Amino acid sequence: MSHPELLEPFPDSEEMEISFGPQHPATHGVLRVQLRLDGERIVDAQPVIGYLHRGTEKIFERETYNGAIPHTDRLDYTAAATANQGLVGAVEKMMGVTVPPRAAYIRMMLAELQRIASHIIWLGTHALDIGAQSPFFYTFEEREKILDLFEEYCGARLTLNSMRVGGLPFDLPEGWTERCRTFIDQLPARIAEWERLLTKNRIWRLRTVGIGVISIADAVEWGLTGPPLRGSGLRWDIRKVFPYDRYDEIDFEIPTGEHGDTYDRYLVRMEEMRQSVRIIRQCLDALPDGPVMAKVPKVIRPPLGEAYFSVEGPKGELGYYVVADGSTNPYRLHVRPSCFINLQALPELVRGHLVADLIAVIGTLDIVLGEIDR
Amino acid sequence: MANPWIAYLVVPFVKIVVILLVLILVAAYLSFFERKILAYMQIRVGPNRVWPRGWLQPIADALKLFVKEIVIPARAERLVYLLGPVIMIIPALVVFSVIPFAPEGTFFGLLKQPIAPYLTDVNIGILFLLGVSSVGVYGVILGGWASNNKFSLMGGLRSAAQLVSYEVPMGFSVVAVLLMANSLSLVKIVEAQKNAGVWYFLPGFVAAFIYFACGVAETNRNPFDLPEAESELVAGFHTEYSGMNFAFYFLAEYANMVVISAVTTVLFFGGWLRPFPNVAALAFLDVIPPFVWFALKVGFFLYCYIWFRGTFPRYRFDQLMALGWKVFLPVSLVNLLVIGLGVLLIGGPR
Repeated sequence: MSHPELLEPFPDSEEMEISFGPQHPATHGVLRVQLRLDGERIVDAQPVIGYLHRGTEKIFERETYNGAIPHTDRLDYTAAATANQGLVGAVEKMMGVTVPPRAAYIRMMLAELQRIASHIIWLGTHALDIGAQSPFFYTFEEREKILDLFEEYCGARLTLNSMRVGGLPFDLPEGWTERCRTFIDQLPARIAEWERLLTKNRIWRLRTVGIGVISIADAVEWGLTGPPLRGSGLRWDIRKVFPYDRYDEIDFEIPTGEHGDTYDRYLVRMEEMRQSVRIIRQCLDALPDGPVMAKVPKVIRPPLGEAYFSVEGPKGELGYYVVADGSTNPYRLHVRPSCFINLQALPELVRGHLVADLIAVIGTLDIVLGEIDR
Repeated sequence: MANPWIAYLVVPFVKIVVILLVLILVAAYLSFFERKILAYMQIRVGPNRVWPRGWLQPIADALKLFVKEIVIPARAERLVYLLGPVIMIIPALVVFSVIPFAPEGTFFGLLKQPIAPYLTDVNIGILFLLGVSSVGVYGVILGGWASNNKFSLMGGLRSAAQLVSYEVPMGFSVVAVLLMANSLSLVKIVEAQKNAGVWYFLPGFVAAFIYFACGVAETNRNPFDLPEAESELVAGFHTEYSGMNFAFYFLAEYANMVVISAVTTVLFFGGWLRPFPNVAALAFLDVIPPFVWFALKVGFFLYCYIWFRGTFPRYRFDQLMALGWKVFLPVSLVNLLVIGLGVLLIGGPR
């Protein structure tokens, strides 16, 4: 899995325990990794989490179904739209509501814009962690444009609260589709620009090729989803295998890697951004007219029962498991967090590597502590 | 200069003060230009608040650092902890005593007798330079160790290994120049380039490349900035330093950048000479004073430093060592052989 020749300890060497984080510039929030080091070589790495725990799942039980949506914004705070999409999807599944086509298309556009925005943050910070400063700024320029589009749609840039059970709170504002089209038309050129800085860069390849390798079988065992799974080569994407909204009407591909290393995961995410552009373009072309809200009661009261519904978030499978007792609040609402489960593989991915690789692997797992700690 | 008091005390003292002041100002403003240039490379604006247009930013930074409290960690080794930055900055400033900025001159006729603008011309200038500048690594190791912080320690160890390894190919590339110039004095090396009619960059481009690349590694700059790799080691060896102690490390890093650029200029790019110093057709270039030529070349290399920082990711520690020992060292050795043969066959200065 990792370098076996590196696992041999130096003679007469002592291990060093070091607490990496939670206040560390490269752990993306408040992740703490308890490291056991032999020189610079990682003997063991145990993630310690909980520094951002807010009891979100308990809060869900107190809220009405629509009232829980703003809390999902704060799970993965870099990808609010997909988090909204998962929760409303789960409730709609319980109530048997079909979303009007226009709402489904707008949801897909928001989700794909969100996916691009999330991948942009990943790319910028991942490159920054590996020491390349400039891509961070180039990527964030584009992210601002996406946030502008969000702001125009729902008023918020980060915590969108952009979906409701049964559809959407608002229709698109006038001119939004044109501005969105202008944005996605220029984006592929920018992605190519970022790739020019990194993809064939010798140092970038040295730092990412063969780092944090995980095979398909191991990735499945660990429950990895999203780009970390696809980087190993498994063509698994919730949008294709359990299509929701109208993804079955859209033509797009699922990029996969071959070697399951950091470099392949990088390539997968870069290609996913291009595919998202493709999806948005098709949505804009086929955007139907009509209402954006299905006929749902004012007070959401799903029948007694339970449902699991998941969406393909930017970071992996984001699932919601809802147990309803027939009242206006969920009896239990559990989140299947993609980052939490992806993070579990960290010790396996970094064992035997060097400290510098830990940074690269944390970056390539693309974790957000808001979703891990909940 | 009949009066020995003037010749041996006043003049050197004035020179020391002027060189130190200019060097510290250059180092401070280098940080300003770095922030500005990086900012424009990264579609930002950079510091622009301190009047006018941010031009006083380095002064403001210096003042701020000067009045900041010096925090010494509880379990730090006090004496060594305080000595670290001093050991780092002194060599960085001392090496400037042998760097020739310009030939002897009368400062546009202001002085009656020609006077050398550099402090001194030691006949073993290069040895002095290499020797003194390698003392600086003690500042890094000791500072990193004395802070009693594991991240600092790792930063210190990294830089110890890095600086020691990169000094070897660096030394070999300098030897290539010595073979061509047949002198250890920096002034003589520049004059030899004048006599040869060509900057040593042309015959010794491999050596020049290796020297500058190793220089980037020696100054702990991107892409070799592992000792202070922010994303890995927080701030590396100076994590626990604050106030003026930190400022010394900071200043030393920038002073070292100036040193490496200046030495690259002197050894390979003809110091204060204009391009093709013996081609009469280019004599009109002589209107530009030698010092300006020197400053322009140094400025170019300093710009390269910043350019690298805006472009490259960072090497990993083992990759850095592999690059030093497996690529730079053999290449510099082969290059030395080639240059040696060339000097032997074509005939260098005797």
